[in-house]
Amino acid sequence: MQNTTSRDIWVGLFVALGLAALTLLALNVSNLLTLPSSKGYVITAEFDNIGGLKVRAPIKLGGVVVGRVESISIDPHSFRAVVGMNIESQYSIFPKDSSAAIYTSGLLGEQYIGLMPGAEEAVLQAGDRIAITQSAIVLENLISQFLFQKAAEETKE
Amino acid sequence: MLSVLGRLGRAVLESLARLGRWFVFMLALLPALPSALLRPRLIVDQLYHLGVLSLQIILVAGAFVGLVLGLQGYSILATYGSAESLGVVVALSLVRELGPVLTALLFAGRAGSALTAELGLMKSTEQLAGMEMMAVDPLKRVVAPRFWAGVITMPLLAALFSLVGVFGGYAIGVGLLGVDSGSYWSQIQSQVDFFDDIVNGVLKSLVFGVAAAWIALFEGYDCVPTAEGVSRATTRTVVNTSLAVLGLDFIMTALMFDV
Amino acid sequence: MSAVPSGEPLIEIHNLTFSRGSRLIFDRVSLSIPRGKITGIMGPSGTGKTTLLKLIGGQLRPDAGEVWVDGQNVHSLSRSALFALRKRMGMLFQHGALLTDLSVFENVAFPLREHTCLPESMIRDLVLMKLNAVGLRGAHDLHTAELSGGMARRVALARALALDPELVMFDEPFTGQDPMTLGVLVRLIRKLNDALGLSSILVSHDVAETLSIADHLYLLAEGRVIASGTPAAIQADASPWVQQFMQGMADGPVPFHYPAAPLQDDFHLPKVQECDRC
Ligand SMILES: Nc1ncnc2c1ncn2[C@@H]1O[C@H](COP(=O)(O)OP(=O)(O)OP(=O)(O)O)[C@@H](O)[C@H]1O
Ligand SMILES: [Mg+2]
Repeated sequence: MQNTTSRDIWVGLFVALGLAALTLLALNVSNLLTLPSSKGYVITAEFDNIGGLKVRAPIKLGGVVVGRVESISIDPHSFRAVVGMNIESQYSIFPKDSSAAIYTSGLLGEQYIGLMPGAEEAVLQAGDRIAITQSAIVLENLISQFLFQKAAEETKE
Repeated sequence: MLSVLGRLGRAVLESLARLGRWFVFMLALLPALPSALLRPRLIVDQLYHLGVLSLQIILVAGAFVGLVLGLQGYSILATYGSAESLGVVVALSLVRELGPVLTALLFAGRAGSALTAELGLMKSTEQLAGMEMMAVDPLKRVVAPRFWAGVITMPLLAALFSLVGVFGGYAIGVGLLGVDSGSYWSQIQSQVDFFDDIVNGVLKSLVFGVAAAWIALFEGYDCVPTAEGVSRATTRTVVNTSLAVLGLDFIMTALMFDV
Repeated sequence: MSAVPSGEPLIEIHNLTFSRGSRLIFDRVSLSIPRGKITGIMGPSGTGKTTLLKLIGGQLRPDAGEVWVDGQNVHSLSRSALFALRKRMGMLFQHGALLTDLSVFENVAFPLREHTCLPESMIRDLVLMKLNAVGLRGAHDLHTAELSGGMARRVALARALALDPELVMFDEPFTGQDPMTLGVLVRLIRKLNDALGLSSILVSHDVAETLSIADHLYLLAEGRVIASGTPAAIQADASPWVQQFMQGMADGPVPFHYPAAPLQDDFHLPKVQECDRC
């Protein structure tokens, strides 16, 4: 009997583990596992074009990760993309006139937001919006720009 | 020359006969399956033998496969400057292919062979005949619970394998090679689709579970009841299950992730 | 010679023919097993005594002929009817056929658990009772691998009796038992038969024991019933075949060897040649 009980416990453990693994996979091996989004404050920024930016993409200052993208949505009035950024509370040091830009790590790598601190005394508070932004560079646009330029030069000649 | 042809012919006939017996076994087992569900005690015992005892090899193998995927994936992705995508590469290859397939192959070696040997031994020591004489149907009492346990076990083991593998990739990529932890998970989350990847992976491992249990049980039930017969049957289980799993995997991949 | 046993028959076998491959094991054998008696079946090793029991139990199919048990033709029954009939039969397999993944207790409890819904306490009592009868109550929580050959056979005997069957087929219950246990088993089989009205078929090579408890005896050899009758009649039978078998003599009409080619052919013995040097 003793033996049977311990066997049952093992089987129970096995099934529970397996189901837990399935659940974790089902939730896209995701949120549950990452570091809990550390308490911070959320500021927003509007972009014309965010390119391939994704939720949970890092936000960096001088290469240091200071927060993560929390939400991506569209402002229904301006039709621009609104990115909610969760900045860790220890970095509540950004001047009001800081700017945000979307960069790509490497040629094909992941996109992230880089912050450039401004010069004002007052700092960004939760809910504030960054006014100065620079959109993601879209490769197709660059290429077509380049081609048009070439074509224009040739016609001039 | 003639004798070679003769032997070839006999081998072909023998395989055909085995296929026929396999089919008969399948038809005989089908009606025994539902009633076996009414005796969970028997299934739980088999879950222990097939599932719990396979945990160790599955977890260790999953971790190592994840580590290797992390290393290989990183070295390829880094040349294109997209090491952040490491998570996707690791997770997708595990969830779609390596998890279900490697688990099924390991299962064939660890649990399938044991099933065959057990059944073969029961046959050769007249235990199955003894049950028959006690008016107990061995298909219901012995085979069906083992079949269910195999089918239940496989997706659980595959899920554990994949999950451990993803963590293995994380350990190498993030811990050792400096991939950003957030990117690792965020990329996985955005690229791995619930229906396309997870559900299909689970479907695959369910089908593999049916195939592996069926082959192992058939070979044990059908074996020549001698020491040599049992050992041959065990070998056939591992070989046939492996081939069946790889073949089925190809077919299902073609159907699921239509190219 | 083929005296019909007294009493109402429980099993009737008509013109039973059975072969294994090209080897004919039974050639139109007819016999009947009386109800409530012990019927001994004897014969040289390999004649098909075990095969006969398996035919009666419906595990093997005859090539021709019929086996009737309690008014039912065993080989024309549906599977469920056959199983119902088997619940009323107990069989002690020649090699025990104990379930190796269960303990001694669970082995004996197996038929009870499979076929009854008795409460655990009742099952326990019944199992210990049966084990006590074969002298193994103390061994109930041993594993089957921990049993000696003789003990395993006694456990199998207890299991065969677990459902209180109407017919028990004992395939060599005495082999491998010490003289004391053997005496107990002989008395047990006799007692079961007298007290419970059991019908028994006893296959055995122990001439003295079988003669002492059987009510009727069949001697099988070469696919036929060679002799049949009460033990006294068999002992008094003057035929050289019966005398040789009962007294265990090597020379006589009963072949000791399985059918074989002449010795010279198998051993490739050369014709005796003169050696030059001698
Ligand atoms: N599974 C089998 N396949 C082929 N032949 C078999 C098989 N089982 C038994 N035989 C053959 O059938 C014959 C009868 O076997 P059986 O076991 O009935 O003998 P037996 O009278 O019980 O002998 P013993 O007294 O040694 O137990 C033997 O000659 C044996 O070679
Ligand atoms: Mg025998």
